[in-house]
Amino acid sequence: MQHTSTQDTLVGLFVASGIVGLFFLALQVSNLSSFVEEDSYTITARFENSGGLKIKSPVSAAGVKIGKVSAINFDPKTYESVVQMSIYSNYNTLPDDTTASIFTSGLLGEQYVNLEPGGSDEFLKNDGKIDITQSAIILEKAIGQFLFKSAEESPEDKK
Amino acid sequence: MIQFLQYLGKSTRTSFTKLGRGTYFLLQIISGILSVLPRPRLLLNQMYSVGVLSFLIITISGLFVGMVLGLQGYYTLSDFGAEESLGVMVAASLVRELGPVVTALLFAGRAGSALTAEIGLMKATEQLSGMEMMAVDPIKRIISPRFLAGFLSMPLLAALFSAVGIIGGQMVGSGLLGVDEGAYWSQMQNNLDFQDDIINGVIKSIVFGFVASWIALFEGYDAIPTSEGVSRATTRTVVNSAFSILGLDFILTTLMFGDD
Repeated sequence: MQHTSTQDTLVGLFVASGIVGLFFLALQVSNLSSFVEEDSYTITARFENSGGLKIKSPVSAAGVKIGKVSAINFDPKTYESVVQMSIYSNYNTLPDDTTASIFTSGLLGEQYVNLEPGGSDEFLKNDGKIDITQSAIILEKAIGQFLFKSAEESPEDKK
Repeated sequence: MIQFLQYLGKSTRTSFTKLGRGTYFLLQIISGILSVLPRPRLLLNQMYSVGVLSFLIITISGLFVGMVLGLQGYYTLSDFGAEESLGVMVAASLVRELGPVVTALLFAGRAGSALTAEIGLMKATEQLSGMEMMAVDPIKRIISPRFLAGFLSMPLLAALFSAVGIIGGQMVGSGLLGVDEGAYWSQMQNNLDFQDDIINGVIKSIVFGFVASWIALFEGYDAIPTSEGVSRATTRTVVNSAFSILGLDFILTTLMFGDD
């Protein structure tokens, strides 16, 4: 009987450590801890081009993450990208003339939406819209423009 | 020429017959599982020999695999100045691929071969026929508990493997090579998704546990009851399990991670 009870203990330890491993993966390794839905409200912004923005990309103001992108759709009438963001409801004092722009963190990092609060006294509410937006800077486009410009200038330099 | 055709036809037919027997055997196991539940002692004993005894090899291999990943990943990533992404690389490769696959291969080698040899020897020494004589169904009494134990142990072992590997990678990465510890964890948490990565990894390990235990038990049950037959069956278990695990891994990966 002594033998079986040690065996039981070992099996118990094994199962417990396996479950601890699973919990470790869920909480420490993945984003489950930030997965817990905080109360949030939705605002939308229309961009000419939303670049490499993805669902779950961060939305930040002054460098602090205050929400995330919840949906990105293409509007077939205006040919714009409609970006829906959920902002945590404790940040409910964004003025309604807030500017939204898409930035890249670092040179090749992921893209995020940056909100620049304006000076209005009215606050954005649920389903509010941001009117002033600035599209993503597409690196290829910028390089293309730069090359085009320098090619235009260079013949004059040679003369 | 005729002989060759005969050989070809015969070997095709035997392999299909074997697959058919294997499927029938699987159905028998599954219907036998219900009769294991009222006798948890049988399951517990098998969890001990399948799970607990594989614990050490799995954790130690996990630790070393994680450490090597940390080392190799660091050398490659530091060329691009992206050492901070080491955590993502180690965790993603462990959770998505290496954890389930390497655990399943080790599991087939450690537990699967033991299961085949045990059952093959039971058959060779006519213990299985003896049970049948006593009106005890060997499938219900011997096979199903072992199958269930393997099926339950695999996900736990794979999770342990990944967890220990990630800690190993962190030990090497931030302990030895000087990657920032906070960046290691936070980049990992930002880039790994619970649904997409962890759950899919667990599903993989469940599938592999199912297949590896099935093959091991079937090869043992189907072995020619001589010492040579048992040794061959053991070899086949390891070879076939490795093939099926790697093949299935490819299919599962295309299904799970294909569209993003």
